[in-house]
Amino acid sequence: MHDILIIGAGVIGASVARALSAYAAKTIVIEKNHDVCEETSKANSGIVHAGYDAHPGTNKAHYNLRGSRMMAAFCREHQIPYRNNGSLVLGFAEEDLPKLEALRDQGTKNGVEGLVILSAAEAKRLEPNLNGEVKFALLAPTGGIVDPFELTIAQAEVAAINGVEFAFDTKVESIRPIAGGYRVSTTRGVYEAKVVVNCAGVRADELNNMVSSRKLSITPRKGEYCLFDKQVGALVDHTIFQLPTQYGKGVLVTPTAEGNLLIGPTAVDIEDKEDVSTTAEGLAEVVRKAKRSVLAVPTGFVITAFAGLRATERGGDFVIGEAPDAPGFYNAAGIESPGLTSAPAIGDDLAAQIAQALRLTIKTTPMRKRPPVVRFEPLSFEDKAAAIRRDPAYGKIVCRCELVTAAEILDAIRRPLGATTVDGIKRRTRAGSGRCQGGFCSPRVMHLLAGELGLDPLAIAKYDKQSTILVGFDKDDL
Amino acid sequence: MIEKNLVIIGGGPAGLAAAVAAVDEGERDILILERDAVLGGILNQCIHNGFGLHTFKEELTGPEYSARYVRQVEERKIEAKLDTMVIDLSKERVVTAINETDGLIQIQAKAVILAMGCRERPRGALNIPGARPAGIFSAGTAQRFVNIEGYMPGREIVILGSGDIGLIMARRLTLEGAKVRMVCEIMPYSGGLKRNIVQCLDDYGIPLRLSHTVTKIHGKDRVEGVSVAAVDENRLPIPGTEEFVPCDTLLLSVGLIPENELSRKAGVAISQKTQGAVVDESLETSVPGIFAAGNVLHVHDLVDHVSTEAELAGKNAVRFIRGLDKGPAVVMVETGFGVRYTVPSTIHPAAATSITTIRFRTDNVYKDAYLTVLLDGERVQHLKKRILTPGEMEEVLIPAKWLLTRPGLQKITIRVDKE
Repeated sequence: MHDILIIGAGVIGASVARALSAYAAKTIVIEKNHDVCEETSKANSGIVHAGYDAHPGTNKAHYNLRGSRMMAAFCREHQIPYRNNGSLVLGFAEEDLPKLEALRDQGTKNGVEGLVILSAAEAKRLEPNLNGEVKFALLAPTGGIVDPFELTIAQAEVAAINGVEFAFDTKVESIRPIAGGYRVSTTRGVYEAKVVVNCAGVRADELNNMVSSRKLSITPRKGEYCLFDKQVGALVDHTIFQLPTQYGKGVLVTPTAEGNLLIGPTAVDIEDKEDVSTTAEGLAEVVRKAKRSVLAVPTGFVITAFAGLRATERGGDFVIGEAPDAPGFYNAAGIESPGLTSAPAIGDDLAAQIAQALRLTIKTTPMRKRPPVVRFEPLSFEDKAAAIRRDPAYGKIVCRCELVTAAEILDAIRRPLGATTVDGIKRRTRAGSGRCQGGFCSPRVMHLLAGELGLDPLAIAKYDKQSTILVGFDKDDL
Repeated sequence: MIEKNLVIIGGGPAGLAAAVAAVDEGERDILILERDAVLGGILNQCIHNGFGLHTFKEELTGPEYSARYVRQVEERKIEAKLDTMVIDLSKERVVTAINETDGLIQIQAKAVILAMGCRERPRGALNIPGARPAGIFSAGTAQRFVNIEGYMPGREIVILGSGDIGLIMARRLTLEGAKVRMVCEIMPYSGGLKRNIVQCLDDYGIPLRLSHTVTKIHGKDRVEGVSVAAVDENRLPIPGTEEFVPCDTLLLSVGLIPENELSRKAGVAISQKTQGAVVDESLETSVPGIFAAGNVLHVHDLVDHVSTEAELAGKNAVRFIRGLDKGPAVVMVETGFGVRYTVPSTIHPAAATSITTIRFRTDNVYKDAYLTVLLDGERVQHLKKRILTPGEMEEVLIPAKWLLTRPGLQKITIRVDKE
């Protein structure tokens, strides 16, 4: 029997696992996908929200602020790309001023520091490419941007090297209480654990409802995005929001932590929890709304579009903690925005609650850090030369757009919880995420994966076992 | 820091032809930097024939064509570093490159020729809605899998875009055992060569759907089909014309983009129309001593033209090294009606060779129209053309005497006249 079983290897499950790995306990993470970071955690805005949006007293307000305050140090410690770029909320008319003031006051009440309302001229001085119709802007200097893939992957790696087990391609079929815990039946066998932590994203309601009469109801709210070439990554420096609506924070225009430009998301409630397809209407809407914020949207520089699902719970707030009628069953449910910002703090809190309940003790040995992540592209010429001297594979460029070397790709495969798919390589190294979108590097990445994993390239998949890329040899069907 | 007279970035058809021409012009101190393990560039995966009709007066495959230039490079003992990626270029012509054996190297060049070629536009550039499963390839990536590696990317295929690589791949995939259901082209005309439409589609009964596009990609793990719709004159899908076409693979042949990231680092001015450098008659860019030729300058239809263009760049780079003065006079080349761009965009009369070739593409299909050349408004050429189409590069030849007999000439205008 495990002490703790965590369901879901998104950013929340990884955060809980990372925090729990400090304790002497037998912990496992089960994940229905083939890798960490496969659903909502991979398809979002990558924003570290300052914390003015949520109503004071809510879980969202509490965790957002804590997450925002700890993010810089946390990212430094775990080698996660992060930048404190600040954010602006734009107002376009006189009647927007009181709304911005209300947002400022709400943020101040939540504990957000430095919120100030700027005139149009002051905002323009910060962001010369703002649309001329901007009348006011709320500046939140503590806002930031983070690489959502790395925020997830880094924490999962830390958990793994500190003893947490991971089981992929493992989907929960049922959860039943047993003496002293739960029995979790999955597509790959039965697990028993004293404590179950539900970090199942858009499906967290279904898992909770298997054991608790306090029913949750999650509606997937789709958000579509367009991602742009780094050539236009400096269109704005701050994250640019418009005044929020009942459906969320509206369409934003932001640099990403990796230096691209990102616009989105839409907000459409849907039924299918697997539908992450983009739509012509959605992408058009994103561009149309972004044009309100900036002078021009460089549509010729779009390199990809994607959609993600927010796990919107009926009650409107994060549901965090032990289910009241299911002892030992902990929820981290309804984690929509600002979930990414909140994740490390939610992980810390749930781990502390569980440790208290199970009377876990902190390990006496120090936590092991994740192995160094070397990114070749940003290194100075001297450091690049030194890297190649150390390992000649740094002299072999595999992804020309993002300048990713063979050494980085091999490292991504060999690391704890290493990549096994082309998408897994992309999220860990950025190979394939540049302007040619893998046209050049995907055959080369497939060969490196096949060589390291001892597979034929025919077995190499995009992201799971069903998504293999090649179908056979030439003339097979003749 | 290593010093070299001439550094050529890229060992494909442009780089090889430039190197050969530079040696034949008398330059010996040349270095070719090539990122692949062999010279030849993209031609190595173009195993179909049809190359070399202009240059060698015979029909060669891509590898055969490049092999002829590789042999000339070897005969001239031109130094080439393979598996070597140039990661930086400065306007002072310092080239920074890396490979596994030399590590990071920096070369001060007296002249540089940009010959990096082009890349394919990805799906994202089109923003095709739908899912993001496996089974979406750019045509050139599929070509590499099939022709170099021996793997099939799919069994039932829809091709979006009628660029030449897409047309060539329609035939190749058919020959290798796949079913190519159709080629969709959003424009009312093909972006590829007429001969490729005949030899790669018509001969195999593959339908070409002009004014059609893919409006949605279906499938979660693997492509299961695409929605195809007719488009109106504004290239917008016409409601009600959408049909589902089952397939496991979508190939994209939706345009090529000159690969000028390095050129931008050096501060080379880039044309918005070609996405390649702005050059004069000697193919010198806005940065002195940096020249460009081949698909990095503008995307060509025929490799033969790449070779001749690159030879010009090679010769002129040598002249630059020797300190050739082009003189103060500059004539602008103006794009008139129907002409999308020209290469070059300026000419120094004092430096022009006996014939200056101006290459260009039209912005639309024109039938029974005239190609007109004006020198400061004076018509000097009015040539009837049965058809002008954006898919086929055109050229006009400017004799040096036109320039030299008109001191003070300001501009050459090239335009399409309907009569």
